[in-house]
Amino acid sequence: MRMKPPPDVPGVKGSTATEDLLRGIWKENPTLVLLLGMCPTMAITNSVSNSFAMGVITGFVMILSAIVVSTIRRVVTHEVRVATYILIIATFVQLADILSEAYIPDAHKALGAFIPLIVGNCLVLGRQEAFSSRNTVWRSTLDGIGMSAGFTLGLCLVGTVREILGSGTWFGLRVMPPNFEPWVIMNLPPGGFLGFGLVLLALAAWNQRRMRPAPARIVIEPAHAQRSASTAAVAMGSAR
Amino acid sequence: MTDGTVAPVGTVTPSWKLLLTLGLAGAVSGLVIILAYIATLPRIDAYKSHELQLAIEEVLKVPHRSDTLFLDKDVLTATRPVVEPGARVERIYHGFDRAGIPVGYAIEAIGPGFSDPIRLLVGYDHARRALLGIKILDSKETPGIADGVLKPAFTGQFEGAVVPVLGVKASPKAVEKGTVVLITGATISSRAIVKAINMSMDRWGPMIARYEASPGAAAPGKGKD
Repeated sequence: MRMKPPPDVPGVKGSTATEDLLRGIWKENPTLVLLLGMCPTMAITNSVSNSFAMGVITGFVMILSAIVVSTIRRVVTHEVRVATYILIIATFVQLADILSEAYIPDAHKALGAFIPLIVGNCLVLGRQEAFSSRNTVWRSTLDGIGMSAGFTLGLCLVGTVREILGSGTWFGLRVMPPNFEPWVIMNLPPGGFLGFGLVLLALAAWNQRRMRPAPARIVIEPAHAQRSASTAAVAMGSAR
Repeated sequence: MTDGTVAPVGTVTPSWKLLLTLGLAGAVSGLVIILAYIATLPRIDAYKSHELQLAIEEVLKVPHRSDTLFLDKDVLTATRPVVEPGARVERIYHGFDRAGIPVGYAIEAIGPGFSDPIRLLVGYDHARRALLGIKILDSKETPGIADGVLKPAFTGQFEGAVVPVLGVKASPKAVEKGTVVLITGATISSRAIVKAINMSMDRWGPMIARYEASPGAAAPGKGKD
């Protein structure tokens, strides 16, 4: 029996293309809101340059996988769809590994084993299953770009906190005074948890402050206005 | 079940269709990876060769020239042996200073690291049985955890260390001459490096001794890379 082609179902009902693009950057940021892809977030954010390189490489894998998955979504057999998506993702991860070794060898050396591990990043497979397999190529690409940008932003925020506190530098440039004593722990594995915790704490505090209802406004009228009001009331009373 | 790929109720997808889907995906995947590998291989090889040259200069303290010595049936020779196409010939590098005096050998060593083998180049002075320096060529050890073994604070300890190198944990014993202090939190990686150096020296030391004893061995100008 022939399978009916699946209908195009937007990932988020009624969302526009702009919303597809922007959703991953802030509102559903994979690192800071959805808390996905924690392995690289903890492991390679000891410097902003490593964080940025990992974000770009993951973005390469995610965007290209989104394009391919959304293109072939109508012909992939339902029972083997996840295996097929993993195969597609693994192919792009291997490509990213080979290309980064050829064109950005320093970043490839710094990220080491974490490039092959992108294949296990739940963010990448999750977006293919939740969005790209149900949407058009155009919208899946936008979602991939947005999610990649959000992931890179999240990694760079954590990397910024860790590099500044752990080394006194940002992107390798000295930003702290010469007498600053680096917090060595921020460069070590516990620093991943501390740095990420600090970023989440700051965002939660900012969100709480933003969502707090504005206090009720109490208007105190000037004394002369009160006097004139009472005079008017007396005048009205006498008139009655 | 997702909205995107809804299988009709009461139907079973034939096995050949599942095999065809995965088979096609695998074949295309393999083809893409092979093409990318072939296309980038010259660039990767050129980069590795450049890195190796820099590493030789680093571990042999900027020699004026370095010659390649090939391993042919347990004998070091300046002439590349004839082997089957694609077969790798093991080699070491013999450095000379400006006056043509040998400064040492650069030898590749490999040790089992935490996540993958660690590949390094070792500068070795056979006359003193001591190391001139080491350089990590390839390591996939966990960034942020085991990358301390790449830093000069660790690699610098090997300069002048007498073979066999003794790796010790940080303690008063660590100040003894010839010992290398292992990195806390990267013990496996630092131990792997010490072990790789000692194994490599055990293997290449006698061959270097035989080579140096052979007539005309140290004559510069042979086996130029």
